[in-house]
Amino acid sequence: MVAQEKKSILATLFSYRESAIFLALIILMATVTIFAPNFMSGSNLYLVSRQISFVAVVAFGELFVILTGGIDLSVGSVMGLSGVVAAGAMAGGQSIILSVLLGLATGIALGLINGLLISYVRIAPFIATLGMLSFARGVILIVTKGWPITNIPKPFLIVGQGDFLSLPIPLWVMIVLAAVAHFLLSRTAFGRRTYAIGGNEQATFLSGINVKKIKVFLYMISGFMASVVGIILIARFNSAQADTGTGWELDAIAAAVIGGTSLSGGSGSIFGVIIGAAIMGVIRNGLVLMRVSPYWQTAVIGIIIVLAAVLDRIKNK
Amino acid sequence: MSEPLLALKHISKSFPGVKALDDIDLSVQKGEVVGLLGENGAGKSTLVKIISGVYTPDSGDIFWQDKKIKLKSIMEAQEKGIAIIFQELNNCPNLSALENLFLGHEIRTSANFVDFRAMKKKAKEIFSYLDVQIPLERPVGKLSVALQQMIEIGKALLADAKLIVMDEPTSSLTDKEVQKLFQIVKELKERGIAVIFISHKLEEVFIITDRIVVLRDGKHVGELKTSAATQDELVALMVGREMHSFFSKRTKEASDETILKIENFSGPPYIRGVSFYLRKGEILGLAGLIGAGRTELALLMIGAEQKTSGNMVLHGKEIDVRSPWQAIQHGIAYLSEDRKMKSLVLQMPVRANITMAIHSAVTGALGMLDRKKELEVTNSFIRLLDIKTSGPEQTVNNLSGGNQQKVVLAKWLATKPSILILDEPTRGIDVHAKAEVHKIITDLADKGTSIILISSELPEIVALSDRVVVMHEGQVKSVLEKKDISQENIMSTVFSA
Repeated sequence: MVAQEKKSILATLFSYRESAIFLALIILMATVTIFAPNFMSGSNLYLVSRQISFVAVVAFGELFVILTGGIDLSVGSVMGLSGVVAAGAMAGGQSIILSVLLGLATGIALGLINGLLISYVRIAPFIATLGMLSFARGVILIVTKGWPITNIPKPFLIVGQGDFLSLPIPLWVMIVLAAVAHFLLSRTAFGRRTYAIGGNEQATFLSGINVKKIKVFLYMISGFMASVVGIILIARFNSAQADTGTGWELDAIAAAVIGGTSLSGGSGSIFGVIIGAAIMGVIRNGLVLMRVSPYWQTAVIGIIIVLAAVLDRIKNK
Repeated sequence: MSEPLLALKHISKSFPGVKALDDIDLSVQKGEVVGLLGENGAGKSTLVKIISGVYTPDSGDIFWQDKKIKLKSIMEAQEKGIAIIFQELNNCPNLSALENLFLGHEIRTSANFVDFRAMKKKAKEIFSYLDVQIPLERPVGKLSVALQQMIEIGKALLADAKLIVMDEPTSSLTDKEVQKLFQIVKELKERGIAVIFISHKLEEVFIITDRIVVLRDGKHVGELKTSAATQDELVALMVGREMHSFFSKRTKEASDETILKIENFSGPPYIRGVSFYLRKGEILGLAGLIGAGRTELALLMIGAEQKTSGNMVLHGKEIDVRSPWQAIQHGIAYLSEDRKMKSLVLQMPVRANITMAIHSAVTGALGMLDRKKELEVTNSFIRLLDIKTSGPEQTVNNLSGGNQQKVVLAKWLATKPSILILDEPTRGIDVHAKAEVHKIITDLADKGTSIILISSELPEIVALSDRVVVMHEGQVKSVLEKKDISQENIMSTVFSA
């Protein structure tokens, strides 16, 4: 037992399932650098890391839900609506703090509705969150009539455009949220229960764990993470757009899957999700730098998703 | 006698840790109805799976019309003319009766479309032959089990089956439907179709079969002509194994103090008016056939399912248990009958599985799990129950069945229960581990834990129990005191209709 704990750092690193994809990311970055040396330039890495941060944070929320075998298709719309609420409040003269809180509350509330529908009304997660995807997007369009909300207060823009210790603020937000989420999942009873539900929901229920309540919390976390990104994006673009977040649910799910998260639940990690988001970000950016037609990006991402799933299959055999 | 239609010779089949079938011979003539009798776990289902090509035997030969054959899949068995009507009917509940009847064998028009008209005509022919009215357009999920069974029989006729195996076909039929089924079996017989009829219900076997084969512990223990057999003889054959010597002995008697009273419990799916009491330090056996409602009763007791009526009195105080969490709070633990599906999170380590029901006891500030406490608990149980694992961090998936079961036991013992409901605690584990689990159970009872032991293995119930509650079809049929507990008494209680 003692020997087990004193394994070398390297051995420990390779015992994790994330090691393989981490290696893939390194190889990918090296390859991109060969064909497009400016990939490694400071300004490019700055941009890429900011983009990765957005996707990763939304994917953190998705991870919580997927760990229990669920899915949240509504994250893109929740992002959008949270941003619209926060931007609307700011434009209407509310304080920045209050506006941000309102935006976050919106995401949490929408997650709560998802969770209640799934846990207590027993609607399949796919359907409940598909409904929310459409509903929340509809509300955005009703409220904004399709027009962007502008007049975002200047001091708030730093959240999306500024940096701290020469790293973009969104990256810092991601780092903080990653730390909190990782702590929740790996150190607390709540995290243990989340994995347990994904591993065997029946056994978890019979062990006296309130599965329904935990699931509601998880969808609330997913809503919260999406709203964080939605709010930062209004600072990034200096406005809230009606179509912000459209299609992001697919990126979030893809980041989780590429990062080794099993869609049937029970396995996956924050670290994996970050790598998954990074792989997607690097590919997109690399293809642009290599002047490949943007149409190819989507196709390549598709191949990577399926490839990740195939690798997972082979590994689990 | 003419040549047998199907003959099995020296068939054996083993699974890890269990010899499911041991040198079985079985033959069926054309137009003969053979009854296959045996307790739960006697090997009937394994034999059916061999006849239907789901399993291939480890050794032995199968002869079909005197030709040696190998059955590698259900499809091959079907081609030969063997049809199986499984206890759990295999149909597509959302498709219509007609579509189910022809599933995989649809009649096509010349343009390769499904020819519904021809299919309807054929279906009407078959069902009028069977003399049953079946609404052909109705989804089969909305039909009674009896009618669904008729569709299965119809399918067998369509496939021109020469042998039909019926696995517990009457288990969910009403008396009238059973009569109808028997009539059909007789007609099949007249047509020259052979039937293997598997049932727990002795009286039915007497009515419908020509010959009865009894299995016990995977062995062929007797074969009788139905006309010459008696019920006592069959019961004796079914349970007649000698008592195993490895059962541990109690060192203490159960106290007279009643700890738990169950009064008039009713609830889903079919528990009706169940009452019994449990004393401190007592092992109360809960016997009955599969489907008697023992597991279902346990689920009502721990609040995993909600009862519709009834009271539960613990230490003289009425309690209301609405969830497994509340049950644990009251000191009631339930070890489920399905280790892999309902007890363990297989990809998690031993540690996480053992502490699963006591998170609050191993959680510190910020909801953080205290790994040191977790390891203390885990290591103490690894020692106490002698769990063979490379350590607390071993994934339970890699443990043997017996050690997995010990992990589950540890999980529940960690909750320090005063009442422990054990549902098939020794299912699918090897003889050695069984003996160890029996030892754990008797030790616990000696130390004052009250135990409700649900088991389909009669010797286990007989050897360990202080009293036995015999259940049948969701009700308590009788309660046997220590002096009256014997396999014969339990079986005859179950079978006395």
